[in-house]
Amino acid sequence: MKLECKHVWEHISEYLDHQLDAELLKNIENHLENCEVCSAILDSTRNILVLTADDRTYELPVGYSERLHKRLERVLRDEETLPEKLK
Amino acid sequence: MATTVEQEKELIARILAGEVDLFHQLVRPYEKLVYVTAFTMLRNDAEAEDAAQEVMINAFRHLKSFRGEAKFSTWLVTIAMNEARQRLRRIKVAAQESLDEEKEEHEGDFTPAFLTDWREIPSEALEKKEMAQKLREAVAQLPPIYREVLVLRDLEELNQEETAAALGINVTLVKVRLHRARMMLQKLLAPYLKTAAPARKGFFGRMFS
Repeated sequence: MKLECKHVWEHISEYLDHQLDAELLKNIENHLENCEVCSAILDSTRNILVLTADDRTYELPVGYSERLHKRLERVLRDEETLPEKLK
Repeated sequence: MATTVEQEKELIARILAGEVDLFHQLVRPYEKLVYVTAFTMLRNDAEAEDAAQEVMINAFRHLKSFRGEAKFSTWLVTIAMNEARQRLRRIKVAAQESLDEEKEEHEGDFTPAFLTDWREIPSEALEKKEMAQKLREAVAQLPPIYREVLVLRDLEELNQEETAAALGINVTLVKVRLHRARMMLQKLLAPYLKTAAPARKGFFGRMFS
């Protein structure tokens, strides 16, 4: 089966998540071998997702951890929230 | 240091038995997870930090309801997403955005943008910090119903089922929204992805496979 580019784009997400059935996967891979446009779209999308998952893309504000644990400490000390009351 | 599932279970049991100080240790590995989830949805440092603190406090107060069926990290992310959604409703970060708007935007354009050639790993090929900034801006521009799916799937790396459960939607909707979110990101970032990399004939981007 000959796929059109538009049809390939509809499946980029499933392709990246390895969710395509064998036949469609084969057709899409055949298309990608011969289509610079679609393979560039696929690669750019994949690279964007690599960057999205990169731990360095989002940073914590300075002092965040200290402030968080300071506030937690107050809660943990608060009699109202002792585990006996939670049960 | 990563905490194993067994260590985590033990920590939780001890906290519930009264050693509340161990809660610090329990949540330390997930501080960033919770903050980033809140930040991507709320798009404001101070609001996200306050939300993250509330999430951890809520997690402590409801720790006994964590049954260990989900991963602890997934449970925390779910609480974080709920906190962020509530705050979004309350503060209406942008007037035109509404989380109550559950209908899908079928009229949207979810086709990708063409690229002449862009195959490099961002961290190597581009000024990393600049690209990360562009990415954060692009994520922030996504409508909330798409952003939340992208954040859970592609940033926090929850699986489809966990994402569906966290958002209270079905798996099919997760897939549809994720695809659209990814295509929107690709389109938003395409202008910045063009590099001077020469077209390499015969190389079809198999670098990850």
